[in-house]
Amino acid sequence: MRMTLESEYSPDADRIMAVSLGPQHPGAGHFRIRLWLDGDYVVKALPDAGYVHRGEEKMGEYRNYTQNVPHLERPVILDSSNILFAYSLGVDELMNSKVPPRAQYLRVIMSEINRIISHMYFIAIQGLFLGHTTMITWCMGDRDFWIDLGERIAGARVTFAYIIPGGVRNDIPEFAIEKGLKTCDWFEKRMGEYEKIFYDNPMVHQRSDGVGVLSRDDAIAFGATGTVARASGLALDVRKDEPYSSYSDFEFKTPVLTQGDSWARAYVALLDMRESVKIIRQALKGLPQGPVRLKLGPQPRVPAGEVYSRTEAARGEMSYHIVSDGSPRPYRLKIGVPSAKNLRALPHLLKNVHIADIPVIYWSLNYWPVEADR
Amino acid sequence: MVVAQQQKAGTFQVLVGKIDDVLQYAIGDPLRYLANWGRLYSLWPVHLETACCSVEVGAAAGSRFDIERFGTLEAFGSLRACDLIIVMGTVTRKLAPRLKLIYDQMAEPKWVIAMGACSITGGLYFDSYNVLRGIDDIIPVDVYVPGCPPRAEALIQGIVLLQEKIRRMPTLSGR
Amino acid sequence: MDRAKAIADKITSKHPGTKLEWVKPRRLKVSAPASMIKDVALFARDSLGFDHISTVSGVDWIAKNALEVVYFVGSTVPGQEGFVLALSERVPRDNPVVSTLIGVWRGAEYHERETHEMFGLNFQGHPDQSHLFLPEDWNDLPPLRKDYVSPGR
Ligand code: SF4
Repeated sequence: MRMTLESEYSPDADRIMAVSLGPQHPGAGHFRIRLWLDGDYVVKALPDAGYVHRGEEKMGEYRNYTQNVPHLERPVILDSSNILFAYSLGVDELMNSKVPPRAQYLRVIMSEINRIISHMYFIAIQGLFLGHTTMITWCMGDRDFWIDLGERIAGARVTFAYIIPGGVRNDIPEFAIEKGLKTCDWFEKRMGEYEKIFYDNPMVHQRSDGVGVLSRDDAIAFGATGTVARASGLALDVRKDEPYSSYSDFEFKTPVLTQGDSWARAYVALLDMRESVKIIRQALKGLPQGPVRLKLGPQPRVPAGEVYSRTEAARGEMSYHIVSDGSPRPYRLKIGVPSAKNLRALPHLLKNVHIADIPVIYWSLNYWPVEADR
Repeated sequence: MVVAQQQKAGTFQVLVGKIDDVLQYAIGDPLRYLANWGRLYSLWPVHLETACCSVEVGAAAGSRFDIERFGTLEAFGSLRACDLIIVMGTVTRKLAPRLKLIYDQMAEPKWVIAMGACSITGGLYFDSYNVLRGIDDIIPVDVYVPGCPPRAEALIQGIVLLQEKIRRMPTLSGR
Repeated sequence: MDRAKAIADKITSKHPGTKLEWVKPRRLKVSAPASMIKDVALFARDSLGFDHISTVSGVDWIAKNALEVVYFVGSTVPGQEGFVLALSERVPRDNPVVSTLIGVWRGAEYHERETHEMFGLNFQGHPDQSHLFLPEDWNDLPPLRKDYVSPGR
């Protein structure tokens, strides 16, 4: 039974011990959690971010709209297309450019491939933190097939820099379409195996069921997005809510679970990947012909204005607040990253839990410190 | 290390010098070789992720590239038992003192791999207000692995290079 | 566009001091004087369904000697999820004091903390305005102010 702070302890007593978890710790890479412990229970936890704060927003003001592409994808190298997708949407909107339909489809394909790559990393490490070595071995290996596919399309291994303002950087080669369809078929079968070995595993259930429960109301109040929100019964999905690019052409569902615990947050990722595979298949089959990018030149002129663009990245709602004053560089470039949006839920979830549950809860938030710190 | 003494006129000293040499070649070298060989294939890295390059370390440790084949163990263990630190990318001003602290806690001999453009020169973030332009100001680096991020193969190459360096290490203590 | 305009009209008619900056499809930006912002925020949350804080941004308008703070708020009300309200206020650069909106949107806490350290805005009533992303020993200007020049430049 869990004891509560109010009934059992006085917070100022000596028994409360302050511990720093990280930044060098197997359960918390480039991130620190300050813990106040009472025996085995966490009384209070405060996140200490900023170990990877690289000042992307200030750098964005020094570079023009094209030069901003490579460094903007670095915060979420796991999910590099989606962060550029939101940026490109914002710049497109400011410039009022009509992106050709083939580019729209390619953007969707790449962003869904990246969603899978990112989710695979997520569930691999979740498996690691649950002591499930099979999952990390499988997922890390299988993830590379998707990276390969991305590499065939974009030419780089993880930093694709594929989605750029005005379209995509290059066309998809013919053989990549074939390989993509094959990868989809194989992966659909493979996901069934994940479910059997990981999600239906009694050990995994025991260790993550009911651990770190985030209620729906709290999810709304804290502004949680993405997998965290959808595992708590909050059907938020920017792809559905405002079908940007060509998402309205495809048939897919928004998976929503209601348990709100660590298991559900990991399971939503699997359901998400199922939908992504569906989208990729539809998009590869229905790829329209035509050009893939608009000629913007090396230094595009962006009219003055203000825009707030959002996409559904792997971790949740990725948003950009771009203010342009008509000069070649952004006047202000704010990246609203999903990890930072979900961070507020962490101290709330880490109350009255066992020390052993901390890594599971922490990672189930799908928190990527590099992204949160920018 | 035993240093061969300056030979003077006395026969006794000549003898000692010779014995030193003999010992050096007969025992010292094989011993050193043995010790270095023992270190070579059980490099134990610190689990310190500093930035986005850590994703490629994860991929390298995954089942496809599997750096354990090359004698790098899994990055889970006490700092005191670690002898390798792979700096996976950007080191910010907030992390720099911690990196030094971690390095100081590791036991000798210890090695450092600077992975990624960021940890070598600052990389893309050369004009950022919060990023160190290279880590060699705070800790000595043995192998640089360039790239942004370096591919997993490049990291493996870096580890093999480091092993070559360890194999040729002239002293037993490591420094 | 019409729907966003209708929402904006509700705000501006209920709170006459506010000003509609722009509307776009599914987006609207309303600026309010610093004294009114809490009431407008409460109205937007309780009556218009903008209950899901997305992010908080700031802009340094150095030529106009003003700092702007913008709250981007989404909605979880069915049918209105795609809409984002941008609620902004401007304060003078030399006395950048605003009141916190944590009481309205709890999730704004870390976003406000970040805006505080990046722009030097002082959120009155905020429980903890220590550095979130910057190093503990940062003693320069707030980095996103326009007069702060990055050392590499
Ligand atoms: S070198 Fe590139 S990939 Fe590595 S940490 Fe730096 S920016 Fe990230």
